Amino acid sequence: MNPEYSDIRKKKIDELISGYPERRAAILPVLHITQKEFGQITSAEEKLVAELLDIKPIEVHEVVTFYSMFNQKKVGKYHIQICSNLTCTLLEAGNLLEYLQNKLGIKPGETTNDEKFTLSTVECLGACEEAPVMMVNFDYHGHLDKKKIDKLLDNLK
Amino acid sequence: MEEKILTKLFGLKDSHTIDVYLKHDGYKTTRKVIMEMKPGEVLEEVKAANLRGRGGAGFPAGVKWGFVPQNIDKPKYLCVNADEGEPGTFKDRYIMNHDPHLLLEGIIIASYAVGIHKAYIYIRGEYENVALRMEKAIEEAAARRYLGKNILGKGFDLDIYVHRGAGAYICGEETALLESLEGKRGNPRMKPPFPASIGLFGCPTVINNVETLSNVPFIIQNGAGKFTRNGLLKDGGTRLFGVSGMVEKPGIYELPIGTSLKDIIFKYAGGMKKGKKFKAVIPGGMSAPVLTADEIDINMDFDSLVEAKSMLGSAGVIVIDEETSMLDVLKTIAKFYSHESCGQCTPCRIGNAWIRKIVERIAEGKGKPGDIDNIHRLAKNMLQKTLCPLGDAAAMPILAITEKFRKELESYIGN
Repeated sequence: MNPEYSDIRKKKIDELISGYPERRAAILPVLHITQKEFGQITSAEEKLVAELLDIKPIEVHEVVTFYSMFNQKKVGKYHIQICSNLTCTLLEAGNLLEYLQNKLGIKPGETTNDEKFTLSTVECLGACEEAPVMMVNFDYHGHLDKKKIDKLLDNLK
Repeated sequence: MEEKILTKLFGLKDSHTIDVYLKHDGYKTTRKVIMEMKPGEVLEEVKAANLRGRGGAGFPAGVKWGFVPQNIDKPKYLCVNADEGEPGTFKDRYIMNHDPHLLLEGIIIASYAVGIHKAYIYIRGEYENVALRMEKAIEEAAARRYLGKNILGKGFDLDIYVHRGAGAYICGEETALLESLEGKRGNPRMKPPFPASIGLFGCPTVINNVETLSNVPFIIQNGAGKFTRNGLLKDGGTRLFGVSGMVEKPGIYELPIGTSLKDIIFKYAGGMKKGKKFKAVIPGGMSAPVLTADEIDINMDFDSLVEAKSMLGSAGVIVIDEETSMLDVLKTIAKFYSHESCGQCTPCRIGNAWIRKIVERIAEGKGKPGDIDNIHRLAKNMLQKTLCPLGDAAAMPILAITEKFRKELESYIGN
């Protein structure tokens, strides 16, 4: 079956497109909404976005593959992205990544069997004053240590 | 006490709301500009203030605005660079979170000066919550008629849109940002033509950083003279120094341009974390060449840092302690740039990939004699050989580390 947007998101998309002189300029905002709606951007979603913006599916694919935030395969309910850049690694983010790997039993880029967690490393998140930092979906969590990670993960249902 | 231009409202309860902003003379400058000033007068004041770009390159904003052709039959655009991807940099997030209306006011005044009716805030994709805050602020401002059609009844129109990126460092480079905003891959463009003449959708475009624009209300309200009294004559105002790494009090410090780096680290940021020994500092975001202990007695302004063969860049100060291995630092830097190269120019695409491979091999204990020379040579071959500054941004810190810490790096290589 072809994917379809909910009415409220469809309305938001139309509103977004109207902010640009060219429809395709709305592609990143539209892809963000698409990912929120369907959880991933595969060729089916690319086709949908292409139709909305009057461009070819390959043009959508070119964009999807350039940016790191679009998931080309399904991720877990909680996407954990831990920073692997300089300030965070100075403050032991490397050890915390190892801790997360052991705790969840997955490597970066993998999803747990129950599809609850996906683990990734990410480049600088722009929150270095709170290093080490990670994102869980779109929420930032800083000043991390093992205890804080335990508590955070325990609270995610 | 130092004067606060940008952080005046930080820390106040609900500082992000228009009510608090208005209570502290917010939008007073917009009123003054729209009701009393001619666009040319605004432009001249910003030129006189010598407001240099806070994104990294330090180009004077007034001069940039002045490049936009005025008698042209095309729309003109303002793009606000809120991509903030330079590792070690988090200042624009603070402005947008704590005082989004300050940025909006800067955008309104800049647009009025240049004759712009549409502005896009290009904000990095990870800052979803910040983007929502900006959108809310835009709604609030429009409801009070500081935005939209016929602002304050004086016939000037301006719409501001928030546009989220999606995870690509290169989109902080201005022409890549334009490509990205047009809905394409973020591959930088050849310059010239410069965006001031052919920019977004082929139209004249101004691209300014968040912090740059946030200085504009102060300049117009208080005059260029008062602005340049903070900081230096040729390089006026304050900077938001973002200090991170091995210090006791990491955070944002608004200080006059030209404040000593030593003071920033040891006085304002509380000195070294847990009394560890200082080893090195990256003074202006990761692309800025590292400085060693005997080089930190330096004033943090554009020209002093150029003289020291580094750069003020985004003023993101990353402090490194004695226990940290510079090979690890080099490895993180090499990984970052090889990941973020857009791949368009061969020296950057291939050079960064090779440097990363060699550094990772050394880290695995398989270094060979000549490796450091090779890294140095590869980095040198990226300098000034790419369309956009990413090649240089990678080469400069790598060259500095291989030159200043050569002995330490060699020590990780067996015979």
